[in-house]
Amino acid sequence: MGLLSDPHCRRALSRLVVRLNTPLCVLSYVAGLGWFLAMALPPLAPRTYMSENAMGSTMVEEQFPHGERALAYARDFAAQKKKAGGIPVAWLEKTMWGLGLEVYKQPFARTLPFPDESRERYMVKGTNVYGILRAPRAASTESLVLSVPCSEGTQNSQAVGLMLALAAYFRGQIYWAKDIIFLVNEHDLLGMEAWLEAYHDVNVTEMQSSGTLGRAGAIQAAVALELSSDVVTSFDVAVEGLNGQLPNLDLVNLFHAFCQKNGLLCTIQGKLQRSDWDTLPAYAHSLQTLLLMVLKQGSGRPQGDHGLFLRYHIEAITVRGINSFRQYKYDMTTVGKTLEGMFRKLNNLLERLHQSYFFYLLPSLSRFVSIGVYMPAFGFLILVLVLKISLLGGGPRPGPRGLHALDLWMQLNKCEAASAERLWDGDQGAAHAVAEEPRPGLLALVPPLLVCHAAGLALYLLPVLGQRVATQHFPVSEAEAVVLTLIAIYVAGMALPHSAHRALPGGGSDRGWMTLKLLALLYLAAQLSCAALLNFSLGFLLAATMVPAAAAVRPTGPRLVLAALLVLSTPAVTLLLGIFLHRELEERPAGLAEGWQLFLQALAEGLLQHHLYGALPFPFLALLTYPCWLLLWNVLCWK
Amino acid sequence: MAAPLVLVVLVAVTLRAALYRSSLAAFISERVEVASPLSAWKRVVEGLALLDLGVSPYSGAIFHETPLIIYLFHFLIEYAELVFMITDVLTAVALYLAIQDYNKVVFKKQKLLIELDKYAPDVAELIRTPMEMHYIPLKVALFYLLNPYTVMSCVAKSTCAINNTVIAFFILATIKGSAFLSAVFLALATYQSLYPVTLFAPALLYLLQRQFIPIKPKSKSFWLYTMQYAALYLCSLVVIICLSFFLLNSWDFIPSVYGFILSVPDLTPNIGLFWYFFAEMFEHFSLFFVCVFQINVFFYTIPLAVKLKEHPVFFMFVQLAIISIFKSYPTVGDVALYMAFLPVWSHLYRFLRNIFILSCVLIVCSLLFPVLWHLWIYAGSANSNFYYAITLTFNIGQVSRETRRTFTSC
Repeated sequence: MGLLSDPHCRRALSRLVVRLNTPLCVLSYVAGLGWFLAMALPPLAPRTYMSENAMGSTMVEEQFPHGERALAYARDFAAQKKKAGGIPVAWLEKTMWGLGLEVYKQPFARTLPFPDESRERYMVKGTNVYGILRAPRAASTESLVLSVPCSEGTQNSQAVGLMLALAAYFRGQIYWAKDIIFLVNEHDLLGMEAWLEAYHDVNVTEMQSSGTLGRAGAIQAAVALELSSDVVTSFDVAVEGLNGQLPNLDLVNLFHAFCQKNGLLCTIQGKLQRSDWDTLPAYAHSLQTLLLMVLKQGSGRPQGDHGLFLRYHIEAITVRGINSFRQYKYDMTTVGKTLEGMFRKLNNLLERLHQSYFFYLLPSLSRFVSIGVYMPAFGFLILVLVLKISLLGGGPRPGPRGLHALDLWMQLNKCEAASAERLWDGDQGAAHAVAEEPRPGLLALVPPLLVCHAAGLALYLLPVLGQRVATQHFPVSEAEAVVLTLIAIYVAGMALPHSAHRALPGGGSDRGWMTLKLLALLYLAAQLSCAALLNFSLGFLLAATMVPAAAAVRPTGPRLVLAALLVLSTPAVTLLLGIFLHRELEERPAGLAEGWQLFLQALAEGLLQHHLYGALPFPFLALLTYPCWLLLWNVLCWK
Repeated sequence: MAAPLVLVVLVAVTLRAALYRSSLAAFISERVEVASPLSAWKRVVEGLALLDLGVSPYSGAIFHETPLIIYLFHFLIEYAELVFMITDVLTAVALYLAIQDYNKVVFKKQKLLIELDKYAPDVAELIRTPMEMHYIPLKVALFYLLNPYTVMSCVAKSTCAINNTVIAFFILATIKGSAFLSAVFLALATYQSLYPVTLFAPALLYLLQRQFIPIKPKSKSFWLYTMQYAALYLCSLVVIICLSFFLLNSWDFIPSVYGFILSVPDLTPNIGLFWYFFAEMFEHFSLFFVCVFQINVFFYTIPLAVKLKEHPVFFMFVQLAIISIFKSYPTVGDVALYMAFLPVWSHLYRFLRNIFILSCVLIVCSLLFPVLWHLWIYAGSANSNFYYAITLTFNIGQVSRETRRTFTSC
């Protein structure tokens, strides 16, 4: 504060900020984006390393022999599943009993708020089956989970087979100090949510399930396995969980270490890492991987069944076996050995995984960007807002002008500076005229604030509440009705009466919009900072799109250009662009029509994720970001 | 002027009643920023349960409220929500009346000085017009009743609201010039939370000023009045403590309430400065550092008394701010009480540098508290350092804002 307390420094600083405001803003924005792009470079992304001593220094020798048995189980399971037309509960129970596990089943039911068209489900009923392998060396206070989703069709039966074979092998070993839970969950995330809620005896969503009967202590770590072919060419790991939460980096390191040990290829975001680091294509490659991770994390959607574990403070990853047209194929024995190694190392843990990073971005599996390195990128973007705020600051304060030249935040306001100059000229009459000009108190800001938040609330509540009414009056299905209502309300918000401020005296002046803009910028900066802490990618994506428009918006000047810029920066357009970028990065670009379909799907998905699992991006965007954007729109429409 | 006050009260009561019925109430009452170990409603309920069982409420290590509070709620437990709404309204009305009276005094003094031509010509802007002063009491009531901090503290049924009421009545009695009532309420406030004992100095200064007694160590009337006031204060304190003794028939409450406040055994995170230091510290240093930390509250009273001799009400305000920053278990309810006084010195805003930044810092910190708490406790990805960093920023924001205000008024 010393800098700001000394009047000379203060004046110099304020002059600098006023004169160079626009260049400084542009510079800061470019610095933010530049920093982000630089994060894929080696100096900012150091190599990963294992921090946890219990997993790092000890060696394990994997001996899993039952590759063929796994495939036999898989074929059996597929046949039984076809016969039962769903998860073969009885067969699973019998087989697990046969292996010497404690077996339990958990039926659950959930009615979705509206039909999920992409997965074709509405009233869901299912059963989870799980077996507990009791550790011979400890008192069932800690456990590990190996979960396998039982999905539609013939998908994933190899994963069930491998899980059963692993259970058979693990049962014979004496070194287990943690119980191991082998879980087959039906209806992917829904079953997982039901199981986790029952296991922890909570009910955070409207899931109906019979409580689980058997427990095995606090879960320390979990691995979700997806495998749909008899041989694999590579393994893909998914880390992003619900609301963009990430597992401890050590778990990812563990997976990477064992893949390397067994010579398996492993990828992240479907991208294999390149061996060279200093060439341009290599840089582009790791930037693509980084961007994919940012997009996936920003969506707040769990990228695999592991995503829901993270909410319960359980470190978890999803491992996917991929069978592509590569030359080297690995059989079940190698895959089993990799998993065995991971479980044995996890078994050695003395405390929860906590040593390594929880906040990171991965430009490749062997390099990471930690929070201290990626936060400056966001900080530079927010600095633009702060610079703008300092330019507008002090606007709302009433009182005579005279001594304001001392105050940075007052002086920076242009009209006040003008009036102050008039005061210094000794023109008392003019000063009085300025002093008596009607001032918009904070009261003038109340109507726009209320209107914008009401729109946000409508956006949040109406689509699901109004689906009945919509389907009665329009020839659309329920899911379509929800999405279309959402879009309709979103667009209608822009047409709301933007002259609410004129209901109060003094609202229509120049100071009025400055005050409103000041408020909107403060609001935006505060909510983006909170969002970036919880989910860096979401905060960064929103900041990167909204900040330039927010900083530039004003009711004078080229309004059409500003309106276009503002519309382009709205969260919905960001989502649409994000979808196109995502497909582009995955090297299967989407056409316009396909992109639009994906956009509609993503909207429905966002709503469902919120209602089913409590994902936060939808309420955050509807209740906070959208109203804030409407405030900026209000500034643009100020008369 | 009564009509707007009634309107504000109605709005505030409706807001609180609505929040009591909503699902937010449970969430807010669990927040560590709102409910400290000293004032949490859960603990009061626990104490009541023990009392009903015929056990001393202090026999567990949970309950740390004073005996008078527990007997108050022993009879009013059914109407707890009503009690908290009423205490908030009473606080606001007391502050309203007190500031109204204080403004009259200020205005009279200002008029006298203008007539005597004692003001320098360039302070014309600082002379306050009756129009400005007319709205200040209402603004004070508004700031208290509609401050989100107060609302949250009321919804969480934090007993901090009751302490605030007692302090507000003490301020009212002092400004009205009633030495007896002032001493009684000061004794009650001290009995409730110990730290208000430092308000003794500003109250005495104000009363002396009101009686036109010169503050000189040599004058006899000064000492006489001081002795009188101190005697009144001590007597009422002794009466209240004895009353508590007879209610429970034991001295258990002394270590359980005052020992708990002074020795800080409960290190649940809060918005204060104590918990992190003492959680990190080796046990055998903690006594020394407890003393160092506690001295902060009491230490500034004497220099401030010397410096702000002429402005006892401002002194009172600064002292309230110091208490709420440096006390061992602060909550946002304490912050709300001194924030209510901000409009009284609104004419000083133009001298307050960086007030805008500091206000933004406080707002952003208030938003980050729950976010970092979530990351630390639920997500497990952040740790206590993150939360403590925000606590520090919040307190630095408060301290630098108050020091600026003190500088400008000197």
